[in-house]
Amino acid sequence: MENFTPVSALIGGLMIGLASTFLLWTTGRIAGISGILGGLLSFERTNLRWRAAFVVGLIFGPVLVSEFGPGITPITIDADIPLLIAAGLLVGIGTRLGSGCTSGHGVCGIGRLSVRSLVATVVFMATAAITVFVARHVLAGGV
Amino acid sequence: MGMGISALLSGLVFGAGLTVSRMIDPSKVIGFLDVAGNWDPTLAVVMAGALMVTLPAFALAKRRVKTLIGHPLTLPAPGQIDTPLIAGAILFGIGWGLGGFCPGPGLAALAFGLGKPLVFVAAMVAGMVGYGFVAKKTNV
Repeated sequence: MENFTPVSALIGGLMIGLASTFLLWTTGRIAGISGILGGLLSFERTNLRWRAAFVVGLIFGPVLVSEFGPGITPITIDADIPLLIAAGLLVGIGTRLGSGCTSGHGVCGIGRLSVRSLVATVVFMATAAITVFVARHVLAGGV
Repeated sequence: MGMGISALLSGLVFGAGLTVSRMIDPSKVIGFLDVAGNWDPTLAVVMAGALMVTLPAFALAKRRVKTLIGHPLTLPAPGQIDTPLIAGAILFGIGWGLGGFCPGPGLAALAFGLGKPLVFVAAMVAGMVGYGFVAKKTNV
Protein backbone atom coordinates (compact mmCIF):
# COMPACT_ATOMS: atom_id res chain seq x y z
CA MET A 1 0.00 0.00 0.00
CA GLU A 2 3.00 2.32 -0.44
CA ASN A 3 1.17 4.12 -3.28
CA PHE A 4 -1.63 5.23 -0.93
CA THR A 5 -2.08 9.04 -0.94
CA PRO A 6 -4.86 9.65 1.62
CA VAL A 7 -4.41 13.39 2.32
CA SER A 8 -4.61 14.62 -1.28
CA ALA A 9 -7.37 12.04 -1.85
CA LEU A 10 -9.48 13.49 0.97
CA ILE A 11 -8.92 17.09 -0.18
CA GLY A 12 -9.72 16.22 -3.81
CA GLY A 13 -12.76 14.19 -2.75
CA LEU A 14 -14.11 17.11 -0.70
CA MET A 15 -13.63 19.37 -3.77
CA ILE A 16 -15.59 16.92 -5.94
CA GLY A 17 -18.36 16.83 -3.33
CA LEU A 18 -18.42 20.64 -3.13
CA ALA A 19 -18.54 20.98 -6.92
CA SER A 20 -21.50 18.55 -7.10
CA THR A 21 -23.25 20.41 -4.28
CA PHE A 22 -22.68 23.80 -5.91
CA LEU A 23 -24.14 22.58 -9.21
CA LEU A 24 -27.21 21.12 -7.48
CA TRP A 25 -27.80 24.11 -5.20
CA THR A 26 -27.51 26.67 -8.02
CA THR A 27 -28.69 24.99 -11.23
CA GLY A 28 -30.73 22.13 -9.73
CA ARG A 29 -28.80 19.64 -11.87
CA ILE A 30 -26.93 16.45 -11.00
CA ALA A 31 -23.16 16.45 -11.63
CA GLY A 32 -23.13 13.18 -13.53
CA ILE A 33 -20.43 13.45 -16.18
CA SER A 34 -21.77 10.74 -18.51
CA GLY A 35 -25.26 12.29 -18.33
CA ILE A 36 -23.94 15.79 -19.02
CA LEU A 37 -21.73 14.69 -21.93
CA GLY A 38 -24.37 12.29 -23.24
CA GLY A 39 -26.95 15.09 -23.17
CA LEU A 40 -24.62 17.29 -25.22
CA LEU A 41 -24.26 14.50 -27.79
CA SER A 42 -27.94 13.60 -27.93
CA PHE A 43 -30.58 14.83 -30.31
CA GLU A 44 -32.20 17.17 -27.79
CA ARG A 45 -31.53 20.85 -28.35
CA THR A 46 -32.14 21.99 -24.78
CA ASN A 47 -29.69 22.34 -21.89
CA LEU A 48 -26.75 22.68 -24.27
CA ARG A 49 -25.24 25.81 -22.70
CA TRP A 50 -24.81 24.76 -19.06
CA ARG A 51 -23.70 21.27 -20.09
CA ALA A 52 -21.04 22.66 -22.44
CA ALA A 53 -19.91 25.12 -19.74
CA PHE A 54 -19.50 22.26 -17.23
CA VAL A 55 -17.43 20.17 -19.66
CA VAL A 56 -15.18 23.16 -20.49
CA GLY A 57 -14.67 23.73 -16.75
CA LEU A 58 -13.87 20.06 -16.20
CA ILE A 59 -11.17 20.09 -18.90
CA PHE A 60 -9.60 23.30 -17.53
CA GLY A 61 -9.71 22.13 -13.88
CA PRO A 62 -6.28 20.45 -14.13
CA VAL A 63 -4.84 23.64 -15.70
CA LEU A 64 -6.06 25.55 -12.64
CA VAL A 65 -4.20 23.14 -10.34
CA SER A 66 -0.97 23.30 -12.36
CA GLU A 67 -0.98 27.12 -12.70
CA PHE A 68 -2.32 28.28 -9.35
CA GLY A 69 -2.25 25.18 -7.14
CA PRO A 70 0.32 22.69 -5.89
CA GLY A 71 1.21 21.54 -9.43
CA ILE A 72 0.39 18.21 -10.98
CA THR A 73 1.89 14.75 -10.84
CA PRO A 74 2.41 13.19 -14.29
CA ILE A 75 -0.12 10.50 -15.18
CA THR A 76 0.59 6.99 -16.44
CA ILE A 77 -1.60 5.37 -19.09
CA ASP A 78 -0.54 1.73 -19.46
CA ALA A 79 -3.23 0.76 -21.97
CA ASP A 80 -2.23 0.83 -25.65
CA ILE A 81 -4.29 2.49 -28.39
CA PRO A 82 -6.50 -0.51 -29.38
CA LEU A 83 -7.26 -1.19 -25.71
CA LEU A 84 -8.12 2.48 -25.11
CA ILE A 85 -10.51 2.42 -28.08
CA ALA A 86 -12.25 -0.68 -26.71
CA ALA A 87 -12.33 0.87 -23.22
CA GLY A 88 -13.78 4.14 -24.51
CA LEU A 89 -16.52 2.41 -26.53
CA LEU A 90 -17.52 0.24 -23.55
CA VAL A 91 -17.52 3.22 -21.16
CA GLY A 92 -19.57 5.31 -23.60
CA ILE A 93 -22.20 2.64 -24.30
CA GLY A 94 -22.28 1.28 -20.74
CA THR A 95 -22.74 4.62 -18.98
CA ARG A 96 -25.58 5.64 -21.32
CA LEU A 97 -27.34 2.27 -21.07
CA GLY A 98 -26.87 2.23 -17.28
CA SER A 99 -27.73 5.94 -16.93
CA GLY A 100 -24.62 6.98 -15.04
CA CYS A 101 -20.99 6.59 -14.06
CA THR A 102 -18.75 7.07 -11.02
CA SER A 103 -19.95 10.66 -10.52
CA GLY A 104 -23.68 10.37 -11.26
CA HIS A 105 -24.31 6.99 -9.56
CA GLY A 106 -21.34 7.02 -7.17
CA VAL A 107 -20.93 10.52 -5.76
CA CYS A 108 -24.40 12.01 -6.43
CA GLY A 109 -26.62 8.90 -6.48
CA ILE A 110 -25.29 7.42 -3.24
CA GLY A 111 -25.24 11.00 -1.91
CA ARG A 112 -29.01 11.17 -2.26
CA LEU A 113 -29.38 7.62 -0.86
CA SER A 114 -30.58 6.07 -4.13
CA VAL A 115 -30.62 2.28 -3.87
CA ARG A 116 -30.57 2.04 -7.68
CA SER A 117 -27.35 4.08 -7.82
CA LEU A 118 -25.78 2.07 -4.99
CA VAL A 119 -26.52 -1.17 -6.87
CA ALA A 120 -25.08 0.27 -10.11
CA THR A 121 -21.93 1.43 -8.28
CA VAL A 122 -21.36 -1.97 -6.66
CA VAL A 123 -21.87 -3.71 -10.02
CA PHE A 124 -19.49 -1.50 -12.04
CA MET A 125 -16.82 -1.50 -9.33
CA ALA A 126 -16.95 -5.30 -8.98
CA THR A 127 -16.90 -5.76 -12.76
CA ALA A 128 -13.94 -3.38 -13.10
CA ALA A 129 -12.04 -5.21 -10.32
CA ILE A 130 -12.70 -8.58 -12.01
CA THR A 131 -11.56 -7.11 -15.35
CA VAL A 132 -8.29 -5.88 -13.83
CA PHE A 133 -7.80 -9.24 -12.09
CA VAL A 134 -8.23 -11.15 -15.35
CA ALA A 135 -6.05 -8.72 -17.35
CA ARG A 136 -3.23 -8.53 -14.80
CA HIS A 137 -3.17 -11.85 -13.01
CA VAL A 138 -4.74 -14.37 -15.38
CA LEU A 139 -3.91 -13.27 -18.95
CA ALA A 140 -0.63 -11.49 -18.26
CA GLY A 141 0.57 -14.16 -15.82
CA GLY A 142 0.75 -11.85 -12.83
CA VAL A 143 2.50 -8.64 -13.79
CA MET B 1 -25.57 34.34 -11.77
CA GLY B 2 -26.73 32.25 -14.69
CA MET B 3 -26.67 28.51 -15.13
CA GLY B 4 -23.72 28.71 -17.52
CA ILE B 5 -21.42 30.45 -15.02
CA SER B 6 -22.51 28.08 -12.24
CA ALA B 7 -21.84 25.04 -14.37
CA LEU B 8 -18.44 26.40 -15.48
CA LEU B 9 -17.37 26.99 -11.86
CA SER B 10 -18.64 23.58 -10.80
CA GLY B 11 -16.79 21.90 -13.68
CA LEU B 12 -13.57 23.72 -12.80
CA VAL B 13 -13.68 22.66 -9.13
CA PHE B 14 -14.71 19.12 -10.12
CA GLY B 15 -11.78 18.85 -12.56
CA ALA B 16 -9.39 20.37 -10.02
CA GLY B 17 -10.61 17.87 -7.41
CA LEU B 18 -9.99 14.96 -9.79
CA THR B 19 -6.48 16.34 -10.36
CA VAL B 20 -5.60 16.94 -6.69
CA SER B 21 -6.86 13.47 -5.73
CA ARG B 22 -4.95 12.04 -8.74
CA MET B 23 -8.03 10.26 -10.04
CA ILE B 24 -7.15 11.50 -13.54
CA ASP B 25 -4.22 9.05 -13.40
CA PRO B 26 -5.38 5.65 -14.74
CA SER B 27 -2.52 3.89 -12.91
CA LYS B 28 -3.93 5.17 -9.57
CA VAL B 29 -7.43 3.96 -10.48
CA ILE B 30 -6.19 0.55 -11.62
CA GLY B 31 -4.13 0.38 -8.41
CA PHE B 32 -7.45 0.61 -6.53
CA LEU B 33 -9.22 -1.92 -8.75
CA ASP B 34 -6.30 -4.38 -8.49
CA VAL B 35 -7.37 -5.89 -5.17
CA ALA B 36 -5.16 -8.96 -5.67
CA GLY B 37 -2.06 -6.88 -6.42
CA ASN B 38 -0.36 -3.98 -4.65
CA TRP B 39 -3.69 -2.50 -3.52
CA ASP B 40 -3.98 1.31 -3.37
CA PRO B 41 -7.09 2.43 -1.40
CA THR B 42 -6.85 6.06 -2.61
CA LEU B 43 -10.08 5.95 -4.70
CA ALA B 44 -12.09 4.83 -1.67
CA VAL B 45 -10.90 7.88 0.29
CA VAL B 46 -11.82 10.17 -2.63
CA MET B 47 -15.33 8.69 -2.71
CA ALA B 48 -15.62 9.01 1.08
CA GLY B 49 -14.51 12.66 0.95
CA ALA B 50 -17.04 13.47 -1.78
CA LEU B 51 -19.85 11.66 0.07
CA MET B 52 -19.03 13.54 3.30
CA VAL B 53 -20.23 16.63 1.41
CA THR B 54 -22.96 15.26 -0.87
CA LEU B 55 -24.80 13.20 1.79
CA PRO B 56 -25.75 16.22 3.97
CA ALA B 57 -25.98 18.59 0.98
CA PHE B 58 -28.41 16.39 -0.97
CA ALA B 59 -30.47 15.74 2.19
CA LEU B 60 -30.88 19.51 2.58
CA ALA B 61 -31.73 19.89 -1.12
CA LYS B 62 -34.59 17.38 -0.81
CA ARG B 63 -36.50 19.91 1.29
CA ARG B 64 -36.34 22.63 -1.36
CA VAL B 65 -38.23 23.14 -4.60
CA LYS B 66 -36.06 26.01 -5.89
CA THR B 67 -32.28 26.46 -5.98
CA LEU B 68 -30.42 29.37 -4.40
CA ILE B 69 -30.68 31.28 -7.70
CA GLY B 70 -34.31 30.36 -8.29
CA HIS B 71 -34.12 27.43 -10.72
CA PRO B 72 -36.40 24.42 -10.19
CA LEU B 73 -34.79 21.78 -7.98
CA THR B 74 -36.02 18.30 -8.79
CA LEU B 75 -33.95 15.31 -7.77
CA PRO B 76 -34.36 12.23 -9.99
CA ALA B 77 -37.37 10.10 -9.02
CA PRO B 78 -36.53 6.69 -7.53
CA GLY B 79 -36.02 4.39 -10.50
CA GLN B 80 -36.16 0.65 -10.92
CA ILE B 81 -33.25 -1.74 -10.73
CA ASP B 82 -33.71 -3.19 -14.19
CA THR B 83 -31.74 -5.00 -16.89
CA PRO B 84 -30.44 -1.85 -18.68
CA LEU B 85 -29.04 -0.55 -15.37
CA ILE B 86 -27.18 -3.78 -14.60
CA ALA B 87 -26.07 -4.47 -18.20
CA GLY B 88 -24.86 -0.87 -18.56
CA ALA B 89 -22.95 -1.04 -15.27
CA ILE B 90 -21.27 -4.29 -16.37
CA LEU B 91 -20.19 -2.86 -19.77
CA PHE B 92 -18.96 0.32 -18.09
CA GLY B 93 -17.07 -1.72 -15.47
CA ILE B 94 -15.25 -3.75 -18.13
CA GLY B 95 -14.26 -0.56 -20.00
CA TRP B 96 -13.19 1.16 -16.77
CA GLY B 97 -11.04 -1.82 -15.80
CA LEU B 98 -9.41 -2.06 -19.24
CA GLY B 99 -8.36 1.58 -19.51
CA GLY B 100 -8.49 2.97 -15.98
CA PHE B 101 -10.56 5.92 -17.23
CA CYS B 102 -14.16 6.76 -16.36
CA PRO B 103 -15.88 9.71 -18.12
CA GLY B 104 -14.82 12.59 -15.80
CA PRO B 105 -11.12 11.74 -15.53
CA GLY B 106 -11.04 10.92 -19.26
CA LEU B 107 -12.23 14.42 -20.13
CA ALA B 108 -10.03 16.13 -17.53
CA ALA B 109 -6.97 14.19 -18.74
CA LEU B 110 -7.29 16.02 -22.08
CA ALA B 111 -5.47 18.83 -20.24
CA PHE B 112 -2.41 16.53 -20.12
CA GLY B 113 -2.13 16.25 -23.86
CA LEU B 114 -4.09 15.10 -26.80
CA GLY B 115 -2.52 11.67 -27.31
CA LYS B 116 -3.96 8.71 -25.43
CA PRO B 117 -6.61 10.69 -23.48
CA LEU B 118 -8.03 11.96 -26.79
CA VAL B 119 -8.19 8.43 -28.18
CA PHE B 120 -10.18 7.33 -25.12
CA VAL B 121 -12.50 10.36 -25.23
CA ALA B 122 -13.12 10.00 -28.98
CA ALA B 123 -14.05 6.33 -28.54
CA MET B 124 -16.28 7.19 -25.55
CA VAL B 125 -18.05 9.90 -27.57
CA ALA B 126 -18.50 7.42 -30.44
CA GLY B 127 -19.99 4.90 -27.98
CA MET B 128 -22.41 7.48 -26.57
CA VAL B 129 -23.49 8.73 -30.00
CA GLY B 130 -23.82 5.16 -31.29
CA TYR B 131 -25.90 4.17 -28.29
CA GLY B 132 -28.13 7.23 -28.72
CA PHE B 133 -28.64 6.43 -32.40
CA VAL B 134 -29.58 2.79 -31.75
CA ALA B 135 -31.78 3.71 -28.78
CA LYS B 136 -33.67 6.25 -30.91
CA LYS B 137 -34.13 3.77 -33.79
CA THR B 138 -35.36 0.96 -31.57
CA ASN B 139 -37.25 3.35 -29.25
CA VAL B 140 -35.83 1.79 -26.08
